[in-house]
Amino acid sequence: MTVDAVRAEETDPADGARRRFRELVEPELPRLYRLARRLVGEDAEDALQDCLLNAYRKLGQLEHDAAAPGWLTRILINCCRDRHRRRASRPQELTVDDVEQFSLYRKLVDEDPFPYSDSLHLDFLHRFGREDVQSVLATLPEHYRVPLLLVYVDGFLAKEVAHMTNAPLGTVLARLHRGRILFERRLWDYAKANDMLRDPVA
Amino acid sequence: MISCAEAVRELWNYLDGVVDESECAAVEEHLTVCRRCCGELEFAEELRGFLARNADEELTPAVHARLYATLTDLEGA
Repeated sequence: MTVDAVRAEETDPADGARRRFRELVEPELPRLYRLARRLVGEDAEDALQDCLLNAYRKLGQLEHDAAAPGWLTRILINCCRDRHRRRASRPQELTVDDVEQFSLYRKLVDEDPFPYSDSLHLDFLHRFGREDVQSVLATLPEHYRVPLLLVYVDGFLAKEVAHMTNAPLGTVLARLHRGRILFERRLWDYAKANDMLRDPVA
Repeated sequence: MISCAEAVRELWNYLDGVVDESECAAVEEHLTVCRRCCGELEFAEELRGFLARNADEELTPAVHARLYATLTDLEGA
């Protein structure tokens, strides 16, 4: 840093804070935006704006820069929840029985929707375009969707997700487990409802 | 030997590396003899990749520009 730059920062310490904040946040923007899109759809950009403003105000609470990705994610999830609450759509709770017994792998073997296929399971997945998968994800209750996205898309550990979502680790693990099964089941339901289970050869 | 139901319940955790040593050994022992559960395991792996690929979302230049403007305009926020 040049002497002039140091002097400039001394005259306005806010400049240094703003620069630090920008450096921490900018590489995270694509990931945060993706998460926000999956959580609040069209409101993603607004939710992310809220997140940036909140995070900047709380910058003093961030002790280590390395913790920034998790810290920002936690703030973003709260901003998305606030926006969601305003829209007042309450996701329903699911009982264990609703989801516990389902295996998409076995369902496909049992129902054998593509009798001429020798890669039944992959063929099933290939029927889904990105829009289809996103529609299916959007049907999952938020408390299942969030851990699935954070662990399997963003690569966070379950214990980090526990901290970000203010939930005990055991709860997060149970939600991951049910969320996965529910995702499989909703893929199957979606394929059935959208006529995706016919063999193209037949 | 654990049952298929028990093995399947642990498969994703096994893939995530969040099972302890004895559970890990039990799953592996089961997988050496059970072809169906091997199929389940491969499918679970496939499904994880499938989820990650399809949950992605492009940050368009216009949205990026607006968010970046928010970052540069933080005046005494």
